[in-house]
Amino acid sequence: MDQARVSKENMKPAAFDYIRADSSEEVVELLGEFGDDGRILAGGQSLIAALNMRLTQPRVLIDISRINDLSKIRVSGGILAIGAAVTQAAVEAIVRNQNDIPMLSQAFPHLGHFQTRNRGTVCGSIAHADPSAELPLCLATLGGAVNLRSRRRRRSLPAKDFFQGVLTTAREADEFVESVQFPLADKRTRYGFCEVSMRHGDFAIAALAASVSSKSVRLGVGGVSDRPWVEDLPAVSGIDLDAALEDLVWKLGAQDDQHASARYRRHLVRELGRKLVTGLAS
Amino acid sequence: MNDLTTSVKPAVWVGQALERHEDAALLTGAGRYADDLGTHPSTLHAAFLRSPHAHARIKSIDTSRALALAGVRTVMVGSDVRKWANPFVVGVKQPMEHWCIAVDKVRYVGEPVAVVVAQSRYIAEDALDLVNVEYEHINAIVDVEAAIGANAPILHEAVGSNVVSDRQFVYGEPDTAFASAPHRVHLKVHYPRNSCTPIETYVVVAEHGSDGNYDVLSNFMGPFSLHAVMSLALKVPASKLRLRMPRDGGGSFGVKQGVFPYIVALCLASRKAGAPVKWVEDRLEHLVAATSSTGRATDIEAAVDNDGRIVALSCDQLDDCGAYLRAPEPATFYRMHGCLTGAYRIPNLKVRNRVVLTNKTPAGLVRGFGGPQVYFALERLIQRIAVELELEPLDVYRRNFIQATDFPYRATAGALIDSGDYHATLDLAAERGDLAELLRRRDAARADGRLYGIGFAAIVEPSISNMGYITTVMTPEARAKAGPKNGAITSATVSIDLLGAITVNVASVPHGQGHITALSQVVADVYGLHPRDITVDVELDTLKDAWSVAEGNYSSRFAGAVAGTAYLAACRLRDKLARIAAAQLKCDANDVVFSDGKVFASAAPEQSVTFARLASGPHWAPALLPEDTAPGLRETAIWTPPQLEAPDENDRINTSAAYGFVFDICAVEVDCNTGQVRIDRYVTAHDAGTLLNPALADGQIRGGFAQGVGAALMEEFAYHSDGSFASGTFADYLVPTAVEIPEPVIAHMETPSPFTPLGAKGIGEGNNMSTPVCIANAIADALGSDVDPHDIVLPMTPSRVIELIAPVERPPADCTPALPADGERFATSGSVDIAAPLEAVYRVLHDPRALALVIPGCHQLDALGDDRYVADVTLSVGLVKIGFRVEMSIVDEEPMRRIRFSGKGNGVLGTAEGNGRVSLSQIENGTRVDYTYSFSLSGKIVAVGARMIKSATGMVLKQLFQRLGRVASGQTAVAGLWQWIKHVFRKRT
Repeated sequence: MDQARVSKENMKPAAFDYIRADSSEEVVELLGEFGDDGRILAGGQSLIAALNMRLTQPRVLIDISRINDLSKIRVSGGILAIGAAVTQAAVEAIVRNQNDIPMLSQAFPHLGHFQTRNRGTVCGSIAHADPSAELPLCLATLGGAVNLRSRRRRRSLPAKDFFQGVLTTAREADEFVESVQFPLADKRTRYGFCEVSMRHGDFAIAALAASVSSKSVRLGVGGVSDRPWVEDLPAVSGIDLDAALEDLVWKLGAQDDQHASARYRRHLVRELGRKLVTGLAS
Repeated sequence: MNDLTTSVKPAVWVGQALERHEDAALLTGAGRYADDLGTHPSTLHAAFLRSPHAHARIKSIDTSRALALAGVRTVMVGSDVRKWANPFVVGVKQPMEHWCIAVDKVRYVGEPVAVVVAQSRYIAEDALDLVNVEYEHINAIVDVEAAIGANAPILHEAVGSNVVSDRQFVYGEPDTAFASAPHRVHLKVHYPRNSCTPIETYVVVAEHGSDGNYDVLSNFMGPFSLHAVMSLALKVPASKLRLRMPRDGGGSFGVKQGVFPYIVALCLASRKAGAPVKWVEDRLEHLVAATSSTGRATDIEAAVDNDGRIVALSCDQLDDCGAYLRAPEPATFYRMHGCLTGAYRIPNLKVRNRVVLTNKTPAGLVRGFGGPQVYFALERLIQRIAVELELEPLDVYRRNFIQATDFPYRATAGALIDSGDYHATLDLAAERGDLAELLRRRDAARADGRLYGIGFAAIVEPSISNMGYITTVMTPEARAKAGPKNGAITSATVSIDLLGAITVNVASVPHGQGHITALSQVVADVYGLHPRDITVDVELDTLKDAWSVAEGNYSSRFAGAVAGTAYLAACRLRDKLARIAAAQLKCDANDVVFSDGKVFASAAPEQSVTFARLASGPHWAPALLPEDTAPGLRETAIWTPPQLEAPDENDRINTSAAYGFVFDICAVEVDCNTGQVRIDRYVTAHDAGTLLNPALADGQIRGGFAQGVGAALMEEFAYHSDGSFASGTFADYLVPTAVEIPEPVIAHMETPSPFTPLGAKGIGEGNNMSTPVCIANAIADALGSDVDPHDIVLPMTPSRVIELIAPVERPPADCTPALPADGERFATSGSVDIAAPLEAVYRVLHDPRALALVIPGCHQLDALGDDRYVADVTLSVGLVKIGFRVEMSIVDEEPMRRIRFSGKGNGVLGTAEGNGRVSLSQIENGTRVDYTYSFSLSGKIVAVGARMIKSATGMVLKQLFQRLGRVASGQTAVAGLWQWIKHVFRKRT
């Protein structure tokens, strides 16, 4: 009773209803009913902060964290499929031990802190679509897909079509991200990830992800554009790579903020991009 | 009286690195912080409505909807405050008013405008959204140098200027010295606004009592001179304002000084509510509006001999104190005034101090207070002298240092620097830090083409502030009229209980420094007891405990003043016990020994009594006391250092009682690809006089160092040029974490102060003063002479480093020009082609129904006539939803060709203002719409979302024009629906 009093005194968000869903079916029913007034609560690492600052005031929070079906990680057909309730820490453990997706195992140490990874979910990060976040960048660079589900339908979107802008995705109001799919590593391709942030675990000022094979060189850039930017480069070294990177940096629409100038962001893309790609190619 | 104390035997416990007594409770959740303490069941909860504007007139406040919400008791506004309170007294004579909440104008983002009092914080927060304030916008001024300009917006009209104090000081003959010196070295620097962000935010529980008194529990930390400021504001005698401070404070670093306006506001809110009121500040409130260090712009110049000796110094300083001169400002200037010449013998000095107000959070105490600002200028200048005269930096230091034989040394502006051996401290740092090895690393790195640099800083660390220093802001004539102020009164009480155990009570209001541990060591030594036998009471109740004006947890006064005064009280009581024991032991009082819990005559140690037996006796049998011995075992000592005199007629002021010394060496490597600064080694050598507990001292050094690293590399309160605040979360106000802080090499030497009872001096603020500039000097050394010294700024972020060293960019010819560099406005321009005739597009822009479809998130739009509209708009960006009530108007148009709009929006998350121009032209398949649009945002949404706001607004604008295209060409969802309905009806009929 005492605890109830204390928690009520300290509540910060606007009033909302809380529903703990038991199945995906229930989730889509609720979203069908509430649409944009409903919010999925998975790990809550962005949502709870936004609720407390009243940046978002949903009528209903739909907690999916205890739905069994959504807590699964499946590997089949060269794909790692991650359910909506799977935490980042759970995926980190798998990719670290099995090296199925080396880009992810390189990216995870940059992704917040182990405390936030224990609660935060992979799908939550994808759905939130922060332009500086590591997981959307990896998904886009690896050509992964996002599986959306609503009462009406299920559909799968390539990452490049899913991310549409700052915190903005192709998800419609009655849909939720049921799972995401990362392609497993190709044996003949090398993968790399690096980023610069102000402190360990911060959102990236610029993050770069790359895959290099004899057939293609792909570079993904996070933190600079309004969404993960993926570019196929024509070369892995020398003047051609420099020229391609120079073309790329001016396409990203880099902007200033109080932490870093647009020029600095472009500089990082050139410097880190060259280092990352040539390193993977050598 | 104190003659017996001279026979104290050598310290047993003082000087030992004892573990902290406090930690067991703190680490097991048994800490007693202000928010943990029980409150009366009738206690209500407050929430503050805060200004989203940096500068605006309050036209009206409508609280009716908030008052109608169930659970809301009252809403306090500026007119209530006017009725019951006074504005705060200010340190300078100027016609400006600072009330505990805004009364007519708001002058910074986050300024309290109203206080909602409700049954729970939850309801109070809900009610905030229902208070409607109408503001009239005024241009804001953010830059301190622009604020002194002739055309700058004025914050306080009655003053007529943003410069509220302008004083010039001349010591010696600086002009002559400058005219004849062979070298002049000049530098202009800026110290940013930052803070020390304690984990525990402000807490106040206030109750207005039935006899007009106020009873307050708060984590206020002093200085208790502010008790008078609060009492005067509340219009009560000081005895009617009872402040209680809990045992545990969750970090202060000076910052908890800034809670005092909230104490006054909540006292008044309690009065209006008729019940006790509690408020716990949240993190956003804290970052936006609690306090800030004082920003400073300094023009500094030295006249220098050929060998690097400084013969004269000139400082022209502008302090950015924010929107109000909140007490104890303008103390940032005057705390350091006596020792402006730092560690150096500089005989000639001239100073100009201008106190400037800007539309930012009022400045206040932040650890290091005044020091980082002074030393960032002075120690950068020393580095420049070495570079420009091509001297070894250490030679410049050695040649200018005060000599060990000079102490106590009267500095040019009046500081009486008590003790030290600066040359020896420098040598200690160089030796412990292995400077020779660092120089080898620098050579190797440079040979390798890497950027490696070494920086130094020498700082004099003042402790125990003179209550009179602030009056240096007045002219000698004004001071003479007002009467002198001086001293640093400190009180401590030691008492013995019925069973012979000792309790120490001090007014130090600790916030984590380990005062209980250190005091138990000091007092245990006096009585020959174990520290665990000493109970230390650090709770403070102004109604019950001994306290005075200088009390509190600031100016590094604990070791020198508080522990020293507790020592004096303990000695006095011990001397009384010695006289009582002498009668029993049949010896002279001077021969009584207190050791290991026993008391005996020095000649007969075998005939001892236990301390507890001796010490309890006087309670139970006062009749047995020797003649001339008063009953009672309680002594309160009150101490003030006599060296702290009022400023003299020549403005010389001994600003502090003791002055420690710090010499730092920093080696950094700068990554030329990323601009990141890696601290290779940091060496910090301290002389803080007698160390009471070296482990606590090291803890202070590590904490100050961590905050110094933050100030050097990442911490800054960012404001856009319209005064909107962009550092409202710990994702944007960047505090270094354990990962970013290297372990410093710490060295100590002890030159006791002759002026404090234990020879101890402050040690907690030195690194806040030395570390930012030492790192900056190392970076300057690493970047080399190609970089303009004025470009070494704080914080030295990787982005700023790269701007200095990266090659110039060459944007491709077809690259769209960058958006205007003006920070606050989000501007865009572009062009869209719409597949609709020009007339249709034009009509849409004049048709309220169609406009409602064009504006993203618009769910209600009403025409007010004269081309004016009001709309309710909800903008969604991801999970963020911002509701605005927008007023728009067409301000100018050329029919069918050009329309100019302007609009402003208000919502609970912030405000927006903007204008735009749309030009229409006929093209082959429709209409080309060229648009430019710019607007500014302020309030919470900027404070917490600065990182993404530009992209997000761009996205919303894009939506707007897409919708314009769709509506004008008849492809909207609504139009489609209408077609479908018509179709259905046609079928039926």
